[in-house]
Amino acid sequence: MKCFEYMGKEIFARFGIPVPQGRMVLKPEDAATVAAEIGKPVVIKSQVLSGKRGKAGGIKFADTPEAAAQAAAEVLSMTVQGLPVQRILVEEKLKIDAELYVAITIDGAAKAPVVIASAKGGMDIEEQDEADIVKTHLDVFLGLPAFLAKDLARKIGLRGNLAKEFSDILSKMYCILNHKDAELVEINPLVISGDHLIAADAKLTIDDSALYRQKDIPFVDEDMTEVEKMAKAAGVGSFVELGGDIAIMANGAGITMGTLDMVQLFGGQPANFMDAGGGTGVEGTAKALRILLAQNPKVILINIFGGITRCDDVANALAQVKQNIGIPVPVVVRMVGTNEEAGVRILKEVGIDAYRDMKTAAQMAVALAKRGEGA
Amino acid sequence: MAILVNGASSVLIQGITGKQGSFHFRQMRAFGTNIVAGVAPGKGGSRFEDIPLYETVQEACEHHTIDATVLFIPAAFCKDAALEAIEAGIKVIVIITEHIPVQDELIIVNRAKLKEAVIIGPNTFGMASWKCKLGILPNVAFSPGPVGVVARSGTLTYEIVGSLTNVGIGQTSVIGLGGDRVPGSSFVDMLKRFEVDPDTKCVVLVGEIGGNAEEEAAEFIKTMSKPVVAYLAGKSAPPGKRMGHAGAIIERGKGTYEGKVKALTAAGAQVATFPYEVVEKVQTLLGHA
Repeated sequence: MKCFEYMGKEIFARFGIPVPQGRMVLKPEDAATVAAEIGKPVVIKSQVLSGKRGKAGGIKFADTPEAAAQAAAEVLSMTVQGLPVQRILVEEKLKIDAELYVAITIDGAAKAPVVIASAKGGMDIEEQDEADIVKTHLDVFLGLPAFLAKDLARKIGLRGNLAKEFSDILSKMYCILNHKDAELVEINPLVISGDHLIAADAKLTIDDSALYRQKDIPFVDEDMTEVEKMAKAAGVGSFVELGGDIAIMANGAGITMGTLDMVQLFGGQPANFMDAGGGTGVEGTAKALRILLAQNPKVILINIFGGITRCDDVANALAQVKQNIGIPVPVVVRMVGTNEEAGVRILKEVGIDAYRDMKTAAQMAVALAKRGEGA
Repeated sequence: MAILVNGASSVLIQGITGKQGSFHFRQMRAFGTNIVAGVAPGKGGSRFEDIPLYETVQEACEHHTIDATVLFIPAAFCKDAALEAIEAGIKVIVIITEHIPVQDELIIVNRAKLKEAVIIGPNTFGMASWKCKLGILPNVAFSPGPVGVVARSGTLTYEIVGSLTNVGIGQTSVIGLGGDRVPGSSFVDMLKRFEVDPDTKCVVLVGEIGGNAEEEAAEFIKTMSKPVVAYLAGKSAPPGKRMGHAGAIIERGKGTYEGKVKALTAAGAQVATFPYEVVEKVQTLLGHA
């Protein structure tokens, strides 16, 4: 789960990482109040879960509370990368002497947390020369000892008080990674302002699997569509809306991707990616089906290879939804694996034929969607 | 006939009395797996069907020689259960559970590395070898034979292994690495084992977009004497959950479908565009055409 910048900065502040003075507000008049409290020129930053806000015009400056209110009104009426701005962060404008980059994330391949730092922060960090980026993997049992943090400061060319503050911030970032179950703690830019460092931005991604033990962090779902939010609320494994007309459900991320690939090969357009997850029972499957229907597809394609998921559970759910709320579009089912015979029998009872072969099912779904277009 | 385990391996199940544990205990046993004990806190000293139950893994290990364990444990308790198995000295640990917090996974896989235990998973269907299934893949899919299979995604593997079985091509071992960010084992770990397994004649690698596991595998495939057929899912799928700058800096353009196909092809692997093409390619390689 990605956190808004203001949430990230609140957590940074709690762990002792210096952040600019400021506050999140929802209304232009509150922006003026905060600007007056700060008593200095301010920056108005749109709070959306997207990078490149500056380039999109989602960051503005103001010298007076009146100007802050006006800038806030402008930013609050914008959309940034397709996301409407609903919140803004009003904070003191920093004197910027230089910009650094620093992040800690999890490198799955190396099975370790990794620190990434660069003396050249700011925009376009991805395109920066490899030689200017320092990467150090951490031993999960050692964490980030002070000597390593100090050495990283040295490696990006910091000296004196700046080196001390940098290694201190790095240690605190690692604490956040650990205690808040973060997958990513990133500061870009980490600003050099005189003889001090200050986090001008905060990017924090919390591990979805650990949200159950991070209850003090508010849930953020802003980068999801309405149907995606429905899917999340229903506990569907994984769901992404894609805009086509063939609604797809499969069990397992790999087979779902394989099903999408195949539908596209035969000339069809998937409406979504839905990995219903392993071991989904009748109730979960029924919810998943309702979400597919909410997209108003021309056809529903269900591809089940039962392992931990049982075919009879999926079939029962399908029969239940058909009887209770009706399924107004053709349903193509491919079903093999655990409890296959029972599943196929249950489907037959409600008038749905199941295919054993994924290719034929995908072709049939595409053909039915095309027929739907002609009608 | 297999890598890691075989029909003679003694197997423990942690969480054997739960809903998933009990269902798959019966499936595994029907497959031929030699299950000798179960761990179910609060039920130690009793039996589940005819299997003796113990309070802890340590206790089970005092009464039996355990070669492998399979975990059917809820995510929140998985770290402890896996560490318990590692500390008890079990060398093959299969973790079926999904949604384990990534910090917990880091502890599990790094501790296992230190203790020289092989972790299969987390978030995996497990593995199957000759008369030994550790996990949840459907029994009907697997048949013994000359093909080694190693995969990141589960159901796609059933698809491919099932198709191989349908045309009469069996497998030495089928291994699911798991779909999580921090898997315990890599493609390379398993390719190394298949390369030296006398019964494996050819290897099927089932990968997907994201990460750089396939690119790493490609480097090792260059050195292999055995042919490799690969299928990669996600050609048309939206990119998975990206992690912004830091993720992009680590991957530096790796992780794309095209990049993976290029790396694998350059290493001498044959890359199938669709799952059913894997079977055709393996048939040709084994002279079954």
